[in-house]
Amino acid sequence: MSETGLRDSSLHRHLPDRLEGRGARLVKSWESLLLAVAIAIFVANSFASPYFLNAWSLSDATFNFTEKAMIAFAMAMLIIAGEIDLSVAGIVALASTAMGAAAQFEVGVPVLILVGLGTGLLCGAFNGILVTGMGLPSIVVTIGTMSLFRGISYIVLGDQAYRGYPAGFSWFGQGYVFWVISFELVLFAILALIYYVVLHRTSFGRTVYAIGNNPTGALFSGIRVARVKFVLFLLTGLMSGVAAICLTSRLGSTRPSIATAWELEVVTMVVLGGINILGGSGTIPGVVIAAFVMGLVTFGLGLLNVPGIVMSIFIGALLIGVIALPRLWTLWRQR
Amino acid sequence: MSITRRLFGGAALAALALTGGAATAQDDPVRIALVAKALGIGFFEAAAEGAQEAADELGNVELIYTGPTDTTAEGQIEVINSLIAQQVDAIAISANDTDALVPALQRAMDRGITVISWDSGVAPEGREMHLNPSSNPLIGNMILRLAADELPEGGQVAVLSASATATNQNIWIEEMMNVLPDYPGIEVVATVYGDDLADKSYREAQGLMQTYPDLDAIIAPTSVGIVAAAQAVVDAGKVGEVNVTGLGLPSEMAGAIESGASQSFAIWNPIDLGYSATWLAYQLATDAATAEPGAEIEMGRMGTLTLDENNEGAMADPFVYDESNIADFVDVF
Repeated sequence: MSETGLRDSSLHRHLPDRLEGRGARLVKSWESLLLAVAIAIFVANSFASPYFLNAWSLSDATFNFTEKAMIAFAMAMLIIAGEIDLSVAGIVALASTAMGAAAQFEVGVPVLILVGLGTGLLCGAFNGILVTGMGLPSIVVTIGTMSLFRGISYIVLGDQAYRGYPAGFSWFGQGYVFWVISFELVLFAILALIYYVVLHRTSFGRTVYAIGNNPTGALFSGIRVARVKFVLFLLTGLMSGVAAICLTSRLGSTRPSIATAWELEVVTMVVLGGINILGGSGTIPGVVIAAFVMGLVTFGLGLLNVPGIVMSIFIGALLIGVIALPRLWTLWRQR
Repeated sequence: MSITRRLFGGAALAALALTGGAATAQDDPVRIALVAKALGIGFFEAAAEGAQEAADELGNVELIYTGPTDTTAEGQIEVINSLIAQQVDAIAISANDTDALVPALQRAMDRGITVISWDSGVAPEGREMHLNPSSNPLIGNMILRLAADELPEGGQVAVLSASATATNQNIWIEEMMNVLPDYPGIEVVATVYGDDLADKSYREAQGLMQTYPDLDAIIAPTSVGIVAAAQAVVDAGKVGEVNVTGLGLPSEMAGAIESGASQSFAIWNPIDLGYSATWLAYQLATDAATAEPGAEIEMGRMGTLTLDENNEGAMADPFVYDESNIADFVDVF
């Protein structure tokens, strides 16, 4: 192509800005591959278990991933910007503990929500200051705060549990907006839309990609890299607070072991969704589909009473498989 | 594969499906789910064995043995959701969290599923009844007695528990502390948590021996912790100085008894526990019995269970294993 370009000196030559058309790119995209996987799993599940195609069953199954996916949206932006937050599960535990403590003073539901969101924001700000203000690597900082945040919960609660949440509070995790459509599912959809618009349709979203691809270049282009990253840490903290509200409401109680090991599942979801772990690329629709894939796999295998250990192996194999497949495909084509 | 084989294979499969279909239509099996705290723990595998024994005895039972990968409430809720979707007849669960499972189990009961808890209990509003393996005061007393019997002059004792949030272990330790005045000279110096993880329990036991050089006994009321503690004692060369006791499985503890790291330990029989839970779930699911205070419910070869005012019942006393009888139980569980 470059050869013909050199020989052809015509001024009216058409120069495509992309080598492939819109349709071809869509078909070959990560999201399409993932969607195909999701559909295949859905079909396989409906054949494998007579109980799968039931509105209430499927509705119950969405609780397996909605809360984690809410965190995954914010985590996706953070990873695209070249940072990571491994303290999210710790933030969930601390936010839940703070709400539990507030509930002991018989405050109303709005106050509980504010406490949950506020704790999330504070934790996010703490991570953000350590990373952007002091220039520490985020993976080290958040491994530390992961233990710190959960540790505070353990100090406050020990082997005790907070109960006695006000009656209206249970709606966030157990309520249904319409028929089988739970509040959590609706919130998940709204947040997906918001994150889609912010990441793919605003200049803020573009600066996130710019920072992930080349932080130095972004800085010299006039982007306030530290400030953007700080905002992303705040958002991750906030979303962990939102997830804490939903999970606490669903469980109806708080123990310091709440949401154990969620950080790994959230990162798995993000990576499966096609977000480059090194930063710079990936989309929100990818994360949404990945959330469904993980939810469908765990629920489908659960219906067949496949032991959880085998399930973890399956998720791991799926992650490696879906990531290795496109790479193998390119290697094979280059041969 | 030839065409004829395929055809015959298909026909055989169809015939199988037909007879299978006919059987279920005639005689719908009672589907009982036995839910463990987590899979891959010897205790629960043994309970599943007993549950299968009960299922075979009752005849018309399809047993589903399941549980999450790690001991979390969230994991068990996912399992409960999938069991609700499968429309099982009964769920018998050993809970990772007293309270967090209540909403999910209430949903199961709303959809007509019999829910009982066994081993580790659920709050009363989340189940119809609870089967205790033994009574908590008896267990608390037993684990301390096993340590004190080896220490006629008194001495320092430390507790290595499961997680800080484990319902069972906390109650037993509390009961143990209640009877501590009955054992003069015995001093409980620390309680540490190994989270039912072998490596963490091992490190916690090592830490205990370093912090308290005069330690005489480690009480581990958990089958994971007691094995790890015994190994730590052997590795530290403190066999004969530090006696490991508590609750453990004979198959896992045989080595510790042989090496002398543990003089004796106690456990109820998990096989009996799974067996009884399955019997109770069957009786309630088929409406042969009702869970109410004072009710006496049959549980096969284990006799009958009497429910107290909280709809709870105790199966049997804990049983002591030492070098005189361990060989008989090594292959059992």
